Amino acid sequence: MSATAAAPMEFRGAAPWRRALRLHGWTVAVWLVLLALVPYWRSLSEQDFKFDLSSLAIDALPLCFAAMAQAIIIISGGIDLSIGSLMAVVNVLSAREMVDMSFGKAIAFSVLLILLTMLASGFTGVVITLTRIPDIVVTLGMLFVWQGIALWIMEIPGGGVPINYADLAVGDLGTTGIPNATVAVFAALLLVWAPIRWLRPGLAIYAVGSNRNSAYLSGIGVARTRVGAYFLAGLFTGMAGLALSASSGIGDPNSGTTYTLNSVAAAVLGGVSLLGGVGGLIGVIAAAYVLTLSKIILLLRGTDPNYANVYQGALIILVVVIGGLLTRKTRS
Amino acid sequence: MTAMPETLERESRLRGVQRFLVDNPVVVLAAVLALLFVLTDLVNRHEVGEPFVTWNQLSTTFLVAAPLGMIAAGQTLVMLTGGVDLSVAFTATAAAFATAWQGGNGTTQGILAGLAVGLGIGLANGIGVGIFRVNPLIMTLGTSSVTFGLLSIYAGKSFEKVVPGLVATLGSDRFFDYLPANLIFWAAMAAVLILGLRYTGYGRMLYAVGDNEVAARLAGVRIWQVLVTVYALCGLFSAFGGLLLVGFTNNPDLGLATPYLLQSVAAVVIGGTSIFGGWGSYSGTIVGVLILTVLGSLLTLLNSEEWQRQVIYGGIIIVLTAIYARVSGSE
Repeated sequence: MSATAAAPMEFRGAAPWRRALRLHGWTVAVWLVLLALVPYWRSLSEQDFKFDLSSLAIDALPLCFAAMAQAIIIISGGIDLSIGSLMAVVNVLSAREMVDMSFGKAIAFSVLLILLTMLASGFTGVVITLTRIPDIVVTLGMLFVWQGIALWIMEIPGGGVPINYADLAVGDLGTTGIPNATVAVFAALLLVWAPIRWLRPGLAIYAVGSNRNSAYLSGIGVARTRVGAYFLAGLFTGMAGLALSASSGIGDPNSGTTYTLNSVAAAVLGGVSLLGGVGGLIGVIAAAYVLTLSKIILLLRGTDPNYANVYQGALIILVVVIGGLLTRKTRS
Repeated sequence: MTAMPETLERESRLRGVQRFLVDNPVVVLAAVLALLFVLTDLVNRHEVGEPFVTWNQLSTTFLVAAPLGMIAAGQTLVMLTGGVDLSVAFTATAAAFATAWQGGNGTTQGILAGLAVGLGIGLANGIGVGIFRVNPLIMTLGTSSVTFGLLSIYAGKSFEKVVPGLVATLGSDRFFDYLPANLIFWAAMAAVLILGLRYTGYGRMLYAVGDNEVAARLAGVRIWQVLVTVYALCGLFSAFGGLLLVGFTNNPDLGLATPYLLQSVAAVVIGGTSIFGGWGSYSGTIVGVLILTVLGSLLTLLNSEEWQRQVIYGGIIIVLTAIYARVSGSE
């Protein structure tokens, strides 16, 4: 597949580095932006680096997973507005049930919750492919349904997680000083996404996202692939909800509201085109860190937390506007 | 053999009926509304021992429905162009706050402040969607979160909140015991909207843009102008809704219009306006609003909780869109 795609490129005489730049330039750029923010962040903060790094990793953890889930669905040609409220369901359910559990039981329950989230997200995918209603409408409806269910499970914030369960997200890996939260993100990337991405199902997701008809004509099961993308995204959504519980230590039915928009913004900033079929998850992770870090920097500069939310919202709109302009240019 | 033409005729008559109902969903919806009224009446007699269908209750239904009717009006216009506005609830709340903030400086200034806030947020949405071509859902979700952020800052500050008398009258008074003031306002707006959508060039342009944007552009419609104005109008209608709401409660708070986001989308979808654009009417939305309001009363009678409403309304949106898509797709 890649051989036939590469051949005409070479025929046109494009240099290989140009192709690499076109494919990976954006991802590299986002990582460079993240690195460029670090010295400024360090100049503002008075804490030691290790402490700050660990709190950044924890702050960013739910958004990282949510953005990965969103990116997979957007790459497959859809969009999921219900990610935030599904995260809230996982959050309140875990906080209600885990509060008195032993560590081992809590881990087992987490695995169960992730499986349930995969089924729930897969169900949304099934509804979309069966009814042939656009993703946006169905997931908008599901947004409210999950929000209602989260309220049903827990009306006001409460519950909690076992101490060592929270430590799992807060701690470091051995003596290396690398936060567990960062390890978790990259482990998910390497162990879950990477193998799928480079095998048949992943290629199918990209193919369906870039052109549904061509994918169908090349013998790809379009419906199966789209449901699969939602199913896989459910895995990341579940982890995002659990990350929310571990990092906040509490269940809150309204905890997911900002994640729907922020996950879309992180995906777009990370180089995923809203038109589908373009982008990867490595850039998206950097984008999630950039968004989280930009808010931390605002707070360090003494901005009122409420204003920080406003600025972040404005930044997100800006990101989506510019991202939209760029994709339009490359399409035309 | 002779049965053939008869069945054909019956079939074509059935087709005609189906066609008529698809073209005029209001007829079906009105029947649903009537049924819902009867059902609520029966439940009310059973639970409370009094009839629900009384002049007083009817009047209250309209009084409660009018703010939703306003917000859903803006949502209808936006949906006709194939978009959706998720910022309506916080736009309405922001308008209510602005009115109460400036209300001390005179009625006119208060009302103008509220409407200006609504128009401003709507314009921001319109510029994002119309000029920068951002996906409407994401753009309006973004302005919504910015609006909410700003609102929570200003709600924290203490300032004198004065709801102008005219707004309070419009939002909660009834003439001749049974005629809510906001119903008169709503009816006037509804007449303008229904006639405007049908008989003005701008109204028809909304349908054209929603039905086929490329064709509309080739026919000479300046798409960006239509989109900018339609989102601005939606902001303005949301502001009207916010004013009616604050006139009713007399006290602006952060959660004033929150439930109306979901309900406005649901009302428009129930009213038969296609969420994909190009099809629908405000008269359908009005019946949708009334259905939701009566359904709300019924759910209250049955002691349902907030989460159950959310699940029910969310489910209604998905199921009805699927049904409408199938029915109009079989044409």
